[in-house]
Amino acid sequence: MSILIYAESAEGKFKKVALELASYAKKVAESLGTTVTAVTVNAGDVSELSKYGVDKVLKVANDKLAGFTAKAYADVIKQAAQKEGAKVVLLSSTTDSIYLSSLVAVALEAGFASNVVGLPVSTSPFQVKRNAFSNKAFNITEINTDVKVLALAKNSYGIFENASTLTEEDFNPTIGDADFGVKVVSVEKGSGKVSIADADIVVSAGRGLKGPENWGMVEELASVLGAATACSKPVSDLGWRPHGEHVGQTGKPVATNLYIAIGISGAIQHIAGINSSKVKVVINSDPEAPFFKVADYGIVGDAFEIIPQLTAKLKAFKEQQS
Amino acid sequence: MKILVCISHVPDTTSKINFINGDSEFDTNGVQYVINPNDEFGLTRAIWFQEQQGATVTVVNVGGPDTEPTLRKALAIGANEAIRINANPTDGFFVAKQLAEVIKNGGYDIVIAGKESLDYNGGMVPGMIAGILGYNFLNSCTNITVEGTNVTAVREIDGGKETVSTTLPVIIGGQKGIVEEKDLRIPNMRGIMTARTKALTILEPVDASVNTKAVKFEKPAPKSAVKLVSADNLDELINLLHNEAKVI
Repeated sequence: MSILIYAESAEGKFKKVALELASYAKKVAESLGTTVTAVTVNAGDVSELSKYGVDKVLKVANDKLAGFTAKAYADVIKQAAQKEGAKVVLLSSTTDSIYLSSLVAVALEAGFASNVVGLPVSTSPFQVKRNAFSNKAFNITEINTDVKVLALAKNSYGIFENASTLTEEDFNPTIGDADFGVKVVSVEKGSGKVSIADADIVVSAGRGLKGPENWGMVEELASVLGAATACSKPVSDLGWRPHGEHVGQTGKPVATNLYIAIGISGAIQHIAGINSSKVKVVINSDPEAPFFKVADYGIVGDAFEIIPQLTAKLKAFKEQQS
Repeated sequence: MKILVCISHVPDTTSKINFINGDSEFDTNGVQYVINPNDEFGLTRAIWFQEQQGATVTVVNVGGPDTEPTLRKALAIGANEAIRINANPTDGFFVAKQLAEVIKNGGYDIVIAGKESLDYNGGMVPGMIAGILGYNFLNSCTNITVEGTNVTAVREIDGGKETVSTTLPVIIGGQKGIVEEKDLRIPNMRGIMTARTKALTILEPVDASVNTKAVKFEKPAPKSAVKLVSADNLDELINLLHNEAKVI
C-alpha cells in the first residue's frame, strides 16, 4: 500500500503544483505509515521530486503521450496505481488534472474528493476538507471506498522540502488505440506572459479602468510582479479582455498568494472566485466598495494615479532586492 | 441527433450560504434555486443545435420533486422533454451512475453537463459518466460543432485553448463560452405555457454505490478588518506586502 501522485510536467519541467502535491503526499504518507510513489509522463529528469519526499518514480516515456490525452493519461495513472497497490491516488487541480481525475476515479472504482484544501481531517474514517459552494464554505467529505482519489486545490498546502532517497523505474503501461478517441488539432497559448493557472500573483482589473485601452498599466504592474492579469465579469462580457481572464463563480477560480483588484467593486460572485487567495489588495475610488470588506489591504483612490506610481515603486523595490 | 442536457438545481449565485442541524445540512431557507449556470450555457447550445440542425433536446436531473420548477424552466427555454430521477444527489458517482443509465437506454449522441455545479463544485459528474460508459469526453468546452458524426470542439486549457476533434457519441463538460452570456434564453410567456404540456418523466434510481458522504460543513473564519493605506504612501503598501504578508 503506497500513495500515488501524478506529477504533472510541461516541457520536461515539473509544474509547481506537482511539487505541492509531493509535499502534501509525503505528509499523508507519514500519517498512514507508507511511502510516496509518483508517476510521470515524459518528464525527463525526475530527481527534483526527491527533495519533496517522493520515494519512487514510475517513469513513463512514450511519444504517443507527447500531447495531453485525458483517457490515455487516466489509463496510465490507473495502471500505475494498480501496480503499486496504491490506496490513495492524488492529483492536482490544473485543468488537465481535473479532466483526468474523475476518469481515474471511475477506473479504480474509487471514491473521489476534489478541491481538497488540507491534510485529511481523519484517516479512519478517511475524511478530507474541501471547498464547496464556490469557496463560500468548506465541506468535510468522508470517502468510504478502499481506494481513494483526491484532487488538491492549488496553493492550499504549500511546498515543503522533505528529502528522500529516490528509486527510479521505467514503466510501460498498455495504451490502446481506444485511448485516443479525442485528438488535439491545434493549441493556442494566451498572450499573457504568465497564465492565471501558474501564477502566484494575479493583478485583476474591472470596469473602473473605463476601457480596454487602459490595460497597459495593468499589464505593466503585472509584469513587474511576474503576475498574470485577470478581469471581472463585466469586463470580459464587454469584450475588453478575453473570457479566459474572467475571474469569478462562472469564470476562473483564483487561489494565488497575492490578488490585486483594481477598480473592481466586488460582486459576491467575483469574491467567491478569489476567496481562496491568501492576500487580497483592493484599489478602488469608492470607499464603500464591498471588496474592501474581504480585503487585507486597501487603498481608496484613483487607479489612474496610483497604478503608475505603484509600478514605479515596485520596480525600484525589485531592483533593490535583486 | 439526440441531445441530453444534465441539469443541476443549485442555489442562485448571490445566495447567502448557511448551515443547520449542527452544520450537517445546507440551510435552504430563503434560497432561490436556479439552473446551474454551467448547465444553462450547455442547454442554450443544445437549443441552438435543435434550431439549426434539428436535434431533439432532453433535460435530466437527479433530485426530489422540489427540483421540478428548475426542469420546467429548462422546458420553457425550449427543451423538448424532461426526466427527473427521483433521488437525493448526494454523491458524484451515484449521480453519474443514474445519468449513465438514462444515456445508455436513451441512445443520446451528445450529452452536455456543466463542467461543475456551483454547490458542491465537484467537477466530477461529466467525466464519471464518460468513464462509466466509455464514451469520448471533452471537458471545459467553450465551443462545439457537429458535422455528421464528427465533432470539433474548443476547450480551455491552462494558459490558452485547444481545438480537438472526436466522434459521436460524446460527453461534454461545458462552460461559459459554449454560448455567450448575452445569448442565454429567458423563458417567454409562450414557452412557459408550452412547458406545462411537455412530458416530464419521473424515473426511480438504479442501484449504485455511494462512495462519499458530506458529513459536515464549515464557514470560513471571519476576516479581520482591511488595513487601509493612504494613496500618498505607496511605500507603506510595499512594506506591508514584503514584511508582513511576505508575498513579494
